[in-house]
Amino acid sequence: MTADLPTVWFGLTALTFTIYFFLDGFDFGVGILQPFLARNEAQRRALIGTVGPFWAANEVWVILAASVIFAAFPLWYGALLTALYPLFALILLALIGRGVAFEYRSEVDHVRWRLFWDVTSFVTNLLPAFLWGVIMSNMVRGLPLGVGGRFQGHVLGAFDLFTVLGGLATLSLFVLHGATYLLLRLHRDGTLYLRARRAALLWGAAATVLVLAFVYVGFVRSGVFNSLGLSQWLFPAAAALNLGLVWLALTLRRDGLAFAATGLTVVFSTATIFLSLYPSVLPSTLGEAYTLTVRNSASEPYTLRLLSWVSLTFLPLIVGYQAWNYYVFRQRVQERDQAIPGGGSGD
Amino acid sequence: MNELFGFSTLDLSRFQFATTSIFHYFFVPFTVGFALIIAILQTLAYRSHDPKLENLTRFFGHLFFINFAVGVVTGIVQEFQFGMNWQGFSNFVGNIFGVPLALEVLMAFFLESTFLGLWWFGKDRLPAWASLASIWIVALGTTVSAFWIILANAWMQHPVGYAIKNGRAVMTDAWAIVTNPKALEWFAHLWSGGLTVAAFFVLAVSAYHLRRRHNVPTFRVSFQVALLTALIGSLGVIAAGHVQGQSAVRDQPMKYAAFSALWDTPTGAQMPESLVALPSNGAHTNRFEVTVPYVGSFLAFNNFSGKAKGLNDLQKEYVAKYGPGNYLPWVWPVYWAFRVMVGLGGLMLLVSAYYTWRWRRGQLDDPGRLYPLLLVMPLAPHLANFSGWVATEMGRQPWIVQGLLRTADAVSGLTPRTVLVSLAAFWVVYLTLIGLDVFLLTRTARAGMHEPEVETPSVPAPNYLPEGAAP
Repeated sequence: MTADLPTVWFGLTALTFTIYFFLDGFDFGVGILQPFLARNEAQRRALIGTVGPFWAANEVWVILAASVIFAAFPLWYGALLTALYPLFALILLALIGRGVAFEYRSEVDHVRWRLFWDVTSFVTNLLPAFLWGVIMSNMVRGLPLGVGGRFQGHVLGAFDLFTVLGGLATLSLFVLHGATYLLLRLHRDGTLYLRARRAALLWGAAATVLVLAFVYVGFVRSGVFNSLGLSQWLFPAAAALNLGLVWLALTLRRDGLAFAATGLTVVFSTATIFLSLYPSVLPSTLGEAYTLTVRNSASEPYTLRLLSWVSLTFLPLIVGYQAWNYYVFRQRVQERDQAIPGGGSGD
Repeated sequence: MNELFGFSTLDLSRFQFATTSIFHYFFVPFTVGFALIIAILQTLAYRSHDPKLENLTRFFGHLFFINFAVGVVTGIVQEFQFGMNWQGFSNFVGNIFGVPLALEVLMAFFLESTFLGLWWFGKDRLPAWASLASIWIVALGTTVSAFWIILANAWMQHPVGYAIKNGRAVMTDAWAIVTNPKALEWFAHLWSGGLTVAAFFVLAVSAYHLRRRHNVPTFRVSFQVALLTALIGSLGVIAAGHVQGQSAVRDQPMKYAAFSALWDTPTGAQMPESLVALPSNGAHTNRFEVTVPYVGSFLAFNNFSGKAKGLNDLQKEYVAKYGPGNYLPWVWPVYWAFRVMVGLGGLMLLVSAYYTWRWRRGQLDDPGRLYPLLLVMPLAPHLANFSGWVATEMGRQPWIVQGLLRTADAVSGLTPRTVLVSLAAFWVVYLTLIGLDVFLLTRTARAGMHEPEVETPSVPAPNYLPEGAAP
């Protein structure tokens, strides 16, 4: 791997996606867990409160990821988004619904209004959590691309055992990640905290099985996960070890360690995807000649240099003020014991 | 299957792009102006230590928040659609067009979303100065965001700083792109337009409460701030619009001719401007028109003898330059959208001037006879923005990048059915969003301020432990 500009930008693309999955991953997880963990309005509110000040800024990372691909790898951007058009359309619709559900849920103090948004929130957190895995595994597996990155396939081709397992893997990983995030964010005396612990144990098991199944199917199929020679085992193995660590941390009641471990699993899984892609960015199943690579789909050096300077300036700043945001809202969230005026208990 | 119900993928993709952009644009300029007005109000509250002004800031902040949520989520669609529906475009311009979009995210989106969260949720956790700084940073972010997106759009209308390499546009001079004169004119136009959207909304809400004698001294403050913003915004929109029209004569003469429904280059000593016309693309002329002499010359050139080229002559020139084809935009929607925009701009200036005059006469607390008009005025800038986008984007067809790439060559190879299904889904979601947004805005605006401002559990309100409690 030579450290030329397109490769650097491939790395930065991978990094952006990794940060996105790490941050929005636990937002998805909290949203999916909400109906299972919260039994009344106060608990629902507490769960939403754990991500309330953060979700919008977390979500911006996916906009950055898209614009980085657009600017640095225009051919990749057009080919990927066009080929998987229906999946991206669904993700976009879900992200719209999710964002609005976060903000509008408590605007009207009415049980049915809140129920509507709770259902919306569950569905719209579930969909992207699953679909991102499907998209990532499609990227690894390759797509039927013809001349100029034109898609030659059918939308249903996006789903097979490998990609569906990929979707289930991200889904379970994000739920697990959300559960350990809650352990950090909820007050330890609450019943919610205990339920979040149980959820983490349960989803830890599910995630381990699904991630291993995904990796196994990936290895069995030729051409997937084998670009890196020996080190191909390193990342999936690390991800699996991490999932073991989650259990250990949960047993030892080390919340910080548990969250770090689920976070690292997300990081390792994303790294596996991007490392096994390199030096392609989007393999074509119709022939090597049509495969989009880091080299043949990258922008000109002038553009990449410009992007590098701007990112070098702004990324540290962004990480800085986002970290400060988390610091400002660092206190654990507690269930409100007093009755919510006008609101039903929701039980 | 290349057509569905008579619509091609190109038609549907264009419709989808228009849908995404226009819906997104109902929310975006609102945040541009509104963040600024709220920042000014909070500055006044900070300096006066007046808790009522603090409440006023939170009250308008709540309205801002309702709107911002939709602005953010529709913006994501805006970002993705270039690749989804316009693969040819992405391939051709990614080197250039992707950069301002990435810069917008890096410099603005993160700033806005992080600091709005800090400002709204962190009110009790941040010192007053940090809260004030947060809302100013949000205001700055919205402005920076508008700048980069306009820069990207302006490049499509007036490409600069590029070279064509292997059939793609590549960047050769970033500075030329950043200082694209077209971009600066447009930014002034759109930013002023953003001021008017928020200003007329705040004016309407303030007038509503002034009329009902709610917290008169407090709503007087927001009325005054909004009135000045409306006046500056209306003047800015008109001035920048005038400059833009003149640069269109030079850079996009076809678009300018469509704005004026000018089919034939004038033969007399001056150029008239039509007041009303029924343009016909089929007949290559206006079926009916009423023109005023000299006005066209003045608008286009600031003198009384200048003449712009007509559509028919330009078509001949373009055929000679770019090869056979139809280079005419669809004239009547462009012509009428342009006129609606200009008319509404004039109306906005008149209304803000009228209320400034009343202010000078000391009649500010009483919204007066124009009160009903004031309540519907928030629609005017929205409608003007809508018309403005229709005029400028339809006016440059058939080009997606002026002179370099045709819209028809930019579209993705999708089936019409794929696009139609997603289009229908987006319409359902967008219409629901608009309905919810208007419902919540009206409801919250009418509820007015409460003491203290807790009228609804405004946000997913987390209940935090007191400082220093055991984690």
